[in-house]
Amino acid sequence: MSVFVNKATRVLVQGITGREGSFHARQMLEYGTQVVGGVTPGKGGQVFEGKVPVFNTVAEAVTATGADTAVVYVPPTAAASALFEAADAGISLIVCITEGIPVQHVARAMPYVRARGVRLIGPNCPGLITPGESKVGIIPGSICLPGRVGLVSRSGTLTYEIVNHLTKAGIGQSTCVGIGGDPLIGTNFIDVLRAFQDDPDTDAIVMMGEIGGTDEQQAAEFIKSHVTKPVVGFIAGQTAPKGRRMGHAGAIISGSSGTAEEKLAAFAAAGMGIMKRPVDVIELVRERLK
Amino acid sequence: MNIHEYQARALLKAAGVPMLDGDVASTPPVAEAIARRIGGKVVVKAQVHVGGRGKAGGVKLAANPGEAADAAERILGMQIRGLTVHKVLVVPAADISSEAYVGLIMDRETQRPVFMVSPAGGIDIEEVAAKTPEKIRRLPVDPTYGLLPHQALALAFFLYKDFAQVKAAAQIMERLYTVFTHNGCSLAEINPLVTTPDGRVLALDAKVVIDDNELFWRPDLEELRDESEEPPAEAAARRANLSFIKLDGNVGCVVNGAGLAMATMDLVKYYGGEPANFLDIGGSSNPEKVVNALKIITTDPNVKAILFNIFGGITRTDDVANGIKTALAQFPVKVPIVVRLTGTNEAEAFRILQGIGMTALSDMDEAVQQVVRAAKGAA
Repeated sequence: MSVFVNKATRVLVQGITGREGSFHARQMLEYGTQVVGGVTPGKGGQVFEGKVPVFNTVAEAVTATGADTAVVYVPPTAAASALFEAADAGISLIVCITEGIPVQHVARAMPYVRARGVRLIGPNCPGLITPGESKVGIIPGSICLPGRVGLVSRSGTLTYEIVNHLTKAGIGQSTCVGIGGDPLIGTNFIDVLRAFQDDPDTDAIVMMGEIGGTDEQQAAEFIKSHVTKPVVGFIAGQTAPKGRRMGHAGAIISGSSGTAEEKLAAFAAAGMGIMKRPVDVIELVRERLK
Repeated sequence: MNIHEYQARALLKAAGVPMLDGDVASTPPVAEAIARRIGGKVVVKAQVHVGGRGKAGGVKLAANPGEAADAAERILGMQIRGLTVHKVLVVPAADISSEAYVGLIMDRETQRPVFMVSPAGGIDIEEVAAKTPEKIRRLPVDPTYGLLPHQALALAFFLYKDFAQVKAAAQIMERLYTVFTHNGCSLAEINPLVTTPDGRVLALDAKVVIDDNELFWRPDLEELRDESEEPPAEAAARRANLSFIKLDGNVGCVVNGAGLAMATMDLVKYYGGEPANFLDIGGSSNPEKVVNALKIITTDPNVKAILFNIFGGITRTDDVANGIKTALAQFPVKVPIVVRLTGTNEAEAFRILQGIGMTALSDMDEAVQQVVRAAKGAA
C-alpha cells in the first residue's frame, strides 16, 4: 500500500511535448510509472518516445487510456485552464507541478476542482513518489528507498535533502508528498496526515513546513487529536525576515503571523519530535520506529 | 509587488471609486502648482513603500501653496525606514466626520478573496483585529460570482446607518472588488474610507499589492514598479531571474530551491554564523545563473565567505560547477568559497572543481560549519 499513487496509477502528462513535460515524462517512464498518455493541444496523434500516445484533449486521452491521474507541466498562464480541463474529464488526482500561477487563477479553479470530487496536489510542488512503485512529478527516484516512513513537505530540494538522509541511513519511505509552496494549495498537511494515519504500510510520519500561513499550526492540532503514529517535524525559515517573500509565494510572515517560533511551539504542544537540523531526522525517526 | 499610494489611487479612480482629486510631484514648485490648482488646505504625503509615514514626518498639512512647497522641500529626499522619498502626493485636506476601513485580501484559509471592513478606520487594522475583533466583519467572496449586491450592502450596513451612505459604501466595495480582480491584487484597501460633514463617502488613502505571479504576463502592471524602492542588489537579482533577499550577516548563500535555501540560512545560524542573504537559483541548470548569483553576492562588502549548497535533482551539479568556474575566470572573488554538491552528475562536478583547484563537500552540515569558520576567520 501507500498513499495517493501506486503501481496501478495510470498517469497522463499535460504538456508532454514541452521542455519540462517531456524531460520529466521520460524520467517517470524510466522509474516505472505507468505513463499512459500525454496531452498537448494541436499535437494529437503524435507518439512520445515511441510508446506514449499524445492527445489534443484530456477527455479524449481519458477515454482512450483509462488514465486516473494527471500531472500538469504547462506554463503558468495556461495552468489553471489545464486544471479545469482535467477535472472536467473525470481525472481523480491532479498533480500540478507548475510554479508561478497567478493566485487568483488558482482561486477560481479550486472550487471547480473540489465540486467534482477531484484531489489536487500543488500547484508549485515537486509531486509525489511511492518508492519502487510510481513517481508522479519531479522528485528524483534515485534518492528514495521503499519503506514505512511517510513524508509530507511544502518544498522540493529540502525534501530531497531529508529523504536522502533517511535513505542513506537505510530508512525507507512509504510515500513522499510535496504539497507545494504556494499560498493556495489543493491538498494540505492535514489531508496527507490523515492518509498516512489510515495507511497500514506507514509507521511514522515526517513533516516539513516553513514560515507563512497557519497550515502547520492546524496540522499540529490535528495530530494531537487524530494521529496515533509518531510524527517528526521541521520548519524552514527561522532566520527569515518578516514581510518578505522567501522564494515560495506562500513563504511570507505577514504581520506577526506565520513565524517559525509559533509553528515550532505548535509542534511541541502536539508532542512531535522536532528536528533542529535536517540531519536530525535520522535519530528522531529511528527512536520512534523502535 | 508593492506600488505607491498615488498609483493605487489611479487604479481606484479608474474603477469609479470617489476620492478627492490630487496629483503627484517630484519637486517643490510642482507641489506648489498642484496646491494652487486645488485651492485651500492640502496634505503633502511622502510616496514610499513603507507604513508609518505620518509618524516619520512624511505627511504634512499645508494651509496654502507656499506652505505646500515648503512641506515638499522637507519631505523630498527624506529617508523613511531606509527608503528615500522621490515623490510626494498633494491632495486636498478633507473635513472628516468618520473614518472606516475597507480591505480585500486573498485569504489562504478560505482560498478566496476576503473582505474585511471596520468602522474603526484610519489606524492599523491588525491592531484593531487583535484588540477589538468585534469591530471587524469578514466576508469570503466566491470568485465564481464575485461580490453579490446583498453582500456589499450587508458589509456597508456594518459601517453606516444612513442609507445613502450605506449605498455609496456598497458601491465602493463592488468597485474595489473590480480593482482587485482586474489587477491581479493580493491586497487592495481603502484606509480610511471617510464620511464628510456634507454626507459624502470618500476614499482618502489607498493601498494595493499586486501578486508577483501576474507581472510576467501583465506588462501594464509591471510598469507600476518603482525600482528605486528596491535595494539595488535585489533589483539586479530580479532581472537575472534569481530570488534574492539581502540580510545583515556575513555568510553569502547560493542554494537551489527556496525551502533548502531557508534551511541553509537556519543551519548557518545554528552553527553560530549569520546569513548575508537568501538566494534561490531555482531548478534550472543554467551556469549563467551561478555567475549572476556570485556577482550579486560579492557586491555586498559584509560578505566574508560564500557557501554553495546544491542538491542536484533537476539541477545538474556539473552545470553549477561550470558556473563557478566561469565566474571565477571572469572576476576575482576575494573571500573563501565553500561548495557542497550532491546528486545529479556530482562526480563530473567534483572533477570540474578540482580542475580549478577547489574541493567540494557532499555533506551539508560539514559545509556549513566550514563556511562559518571561514567567515569568522576573515572577520
